Amino acid sequence: MNGQIVIDGMTSGAMIGLGAIGVTLTYGLLRFANFAHGEFATWGAYIALVLASLLGTLLGGADGTIGDLTFGWHLLVALAGSMVLTALLALALDSVLFRRLRRHGSGMVLVIASFGASLALRSLLEFGFTGQPQYYSREIAMTVAIAPGMRATLDQLVVLGVAVALMAGTHLMLTHTALGRAMRATSENPDLARLAGIDVADVVRTTWLLGGAMAAAAGVFLGVTVQLRPTMGFELLLPLFAAAILGGIGSVPGAMAGGMIIGIAEAAAVPIAGAQYRAAVAFVVLLVVLLIKPTGLFGARER
Amino acid sequence: MSVLTVETVVAGYEPGLPIVRGVSFTLSAGEILVLLGPNGAGKSTLAKAVAGLVTISSGTVRLRGVSLAGMAAHDRIRHGVAFVPQTGNVFAGLTVADNLAIAVNILPRAERAGRIAAMLALFPDLAAARRARAGLLSGGQRQMLAIARALAVAPSVLTLDEPSAGLSPKLVGAVMQKLREIRDSGVAILLVEQNARAALAVADRAMILAEGRIAHEGHGASMLDDPAVAGLYLGRRV
Amino acid sequence: MIGLASYLCFFVTLALIYGVATLGLNLQWGSAGLFNVGVAGFAAVGAYVSAWITATPVDTHWGGFALPIPLGWLAAMAASALAAFVVGAATLRLRADYLAITTFGAAISLELVALNADRLTGGPFGIAFIPRPFAALSDQPLAFSAANMLLVAAVAGVVFVALERLTRSPWGRVLRALREDEAAAASLGKSPAKFRLQAFVIGAALIGLAGAMQAQFFGFIAPDNYLPVFTFQIWVMLVLGGSGNNKGALLGAVVVWGVWTASGSLFNLLLAPEWQARGAALRVVAIGVVLASVLLWRPRGLIGERATVSRHVE
Ligand SMILES: Nc1ncnc2c1ncn2[C@@H]1O[C@H](COP(=O)(O)OP(=O)(O)OP(=O)(O)O)[C@@H](O)[C@H]1O
Ligand SMILES: [Mg+2]
Repeated sequence: MNGQIVIDGMTSGAMIGLGAIGVTLTYGLLRFANFAHGEFATWGAYIALVLASLLGTLLGGADGTIGDLTFGWHLLVALAGSMVLTALLALALDSVLFRRLRRHGSGMVLVIASFGASLALRSLLEFGFTGQPQYYSREIAMTVAIAPGMRATLDQLVVLGVAVALMAGTHLMLTHTALGRAMRATSENPDLARLAGIDVADVVRTTWLLGGAMAAAAGVFLGVTVQLRPTMGFELLLPLFAAAILGGIGSVPGAMAGGMIIGIAEAAAVPIAGAQYRAAVAFVVLLVVLLIKPTGLFGARER
Repeated sequence: MSVLTVETVVAGYEPGLPIVRGVSFTLSAGEILVLLGPNGAGKSTLAKAVAGLVTISSGTVRLRGVSLAGMAAHDRIRHGVAFVPQTGNVFAGLTVADNLAIAVNILPRAERAGRIAAMLALFPDLAAARRARAGLLSGGQRQMLAIARALAVAPSVLTLDEPSAGLSPKLVGAVMQKLREIRDSGVAILLVEQNARAALAVADRAMILAEGRIAHEGHGASMLDDPAVAGLYLGRRV
Repeated sequence: MIGLASYLCFFVTLALIYGVATLGLNLQWGSAGLFNVGVAGFAAVGAYVSAWITATPVDTHWGGFALPIPLGWLAAMAASALAAFVVGAATLRLRADYLAITTFGAAISLELVALNADRLTGGPFGIAFIPRPFAALSDQPLAFSAANMLLVAAVAGVVFVALERLTRSPWGRVLRALREDEAAAASLGKSPAKFRLQAFVIGAALIGLAGAMQAQFFGFIAPDNYLPVFTFQIWVMLVLGGSGNNKGALLGAVVVWGVWTASGSLFNLLLAPEWQARGAALRVVAIGVVLASVLLWRPRGLIGERATVSRHVE
């Protein structure tokens, strides 16, 4: 395998990993596969687009660029804003839809509802922005040679670095803070968590906020390195599920590792099967995992 | 003085299908009240109703005279009502230390370390296994951790659902001995058991629940010799 | 007048075709509690297989055996059933939503194959010149569409009656018991995986049949017909009509297809051409909101089975 595949695969793998954090946490806690999670990435990307252009209008003048990157600090501010707003979007979707259904319906009804929410959210963006691709910047991305035969754009390297830092931060939060412990405890045994004084509704809210924010970052990074389209998150959905299941449901390090593996597998498959079949790679990986080890790499349990 | 007062409590899982059908009793500080009864009598349901995991459709549960109606489980523990369920009573994927850390998290920051130290002193087996994942503990250690988790917040009421289930006779004896010590420190204990002999040996008072109602009440060990009690239920495992 | 009547026949024909797919999904979800997010994929398998078998030969892509239509439909059912067997055998022993994710992935992968395997599927342009039933009548629009409608109505009727008997049979009762309480049913000696696989395969065969019928009546197929929104439409039909109820499935198909076509025509009439793509997007939003609202406020749909309760976190 050549180095170029590794670096390209890792960049998209980092974005898959970021998105998969939310999938694996909500799945582990609420026990349902959220088909609307990809839309958080899409909404995150478009919210950042709007915020960045708002900043440009408010402050007058276009955004400069930072060094040889294609974007400037407007986009960084927009990224932060979009993570907050998308987190709130995830929370809102839970409180208008999923929370009510959890009270009455069976687990699978949640999956149907999330499928419906996914199409509605995506189509709403198509309504607002049309299906045409959009870009944060018209600058040409500079590439640098990292090693012989291995080139990456500066954007890619920054995105990779920030994504890995966000994932590591999430992992440290879960393992080293009281809130993180409460989240792991609740996901393992909600009744016992209540008995231990944990407010489960609080944990559920935190999980949505965290998952939404990470998905938004994934969406913005996808927009920086590729482009923005209303279907971008939906197309990410299968890799997200594959990464979460490959890593083991509920495991954040698993989601990161799973994301990297899927990303690299996709990049490696392109020269063999052609770029048009890229999206099927995640499906093949998923099938193999389900057949061989459905609990995934880091999964302790199948529930 | 009675710490816990249960008055004509009716509780169940689905509307119109009561499992506990009008149960009343009181529990005092420094007392072990044992709750016996055949399988399916509603013992666990009653214990969960006290803990706040099952909704009470009528009747009241009072703590030192104050009604707990409408109080969620995660708030009851803050008020000193602790519960050790029969199954899934430790966080198996977390370490022993993390299990205890979660428990004391509702206490003021300054008290937390002291309470954990007190629990490790009370259950020396756990001190040695601090870094182990709770799922890897032996049955006896696990039960001790479950009790330590509930006791860590210094509750005034401790309810345990069949803590002897699945333990060897020697370990059952050890658990019961711990419960005695805990009682002597002033905690009010509601002990749900199938193992009547072991439970009655430590009981101050006992009740038998049958089909959601209290069918018999008595005083500890003497109940073992009561033919009426044997007829009601005690045939098994006495 | 004749135009309107034949349009009405055409409408009913399509609604009933969707009805057959909805009945198949109802067997999977309503009776067996199996969540299939790959309805479009199974329909596509049926459509392409029937197209290969019945269409006249062309040299741009494979197939073109020009065999009789009933043969195409039977083969379509068999192929979809086979696809379901493969997916189901791999995932039905796992937790329920893994089936959802797998069927979703299968549908997406099939869409990619349809789009890119040009020699097999005709690529993005798909397959044209698929023979229609009663082609001999095609110069008399009303007779032609009426004959087609009757044919589809007959198929839908047979499927409906067969499913009614099937779900009321001991087999159907075991399925429902499994859906309600797997542990209890399994303790009676029923192998959950086997019953589920059977329901999943039969349901997929019906969805494949619907795909084949649709291909036959349109006369051409392309990958665009089998996007996730197709799956979504069938789900809305089932949920709105009332899952667990075969009459509800048919009713839901007619109502949703009616609203869908009516709103489509309305947008075409009212919106300027440059706004029509956006209008189409808004239509999907609306139908998504309808789905969520039905789930929230009328979970049994128009005429569904009695709702069953189970509790979850919170
Ligand atoms: N989560 C639940 N949902 C619905 N019904 C339940 C639930 N848990 C228990 N039941 C029913 O409530 C009744 C009483 O159960 P409970 O667990 O309280 O009995 P128990 O006296 O603790 O029995 P055991 O000695 O077997 O533990 C039983 O008929 C049981 O089927
Ligand atoms: Mg019990």
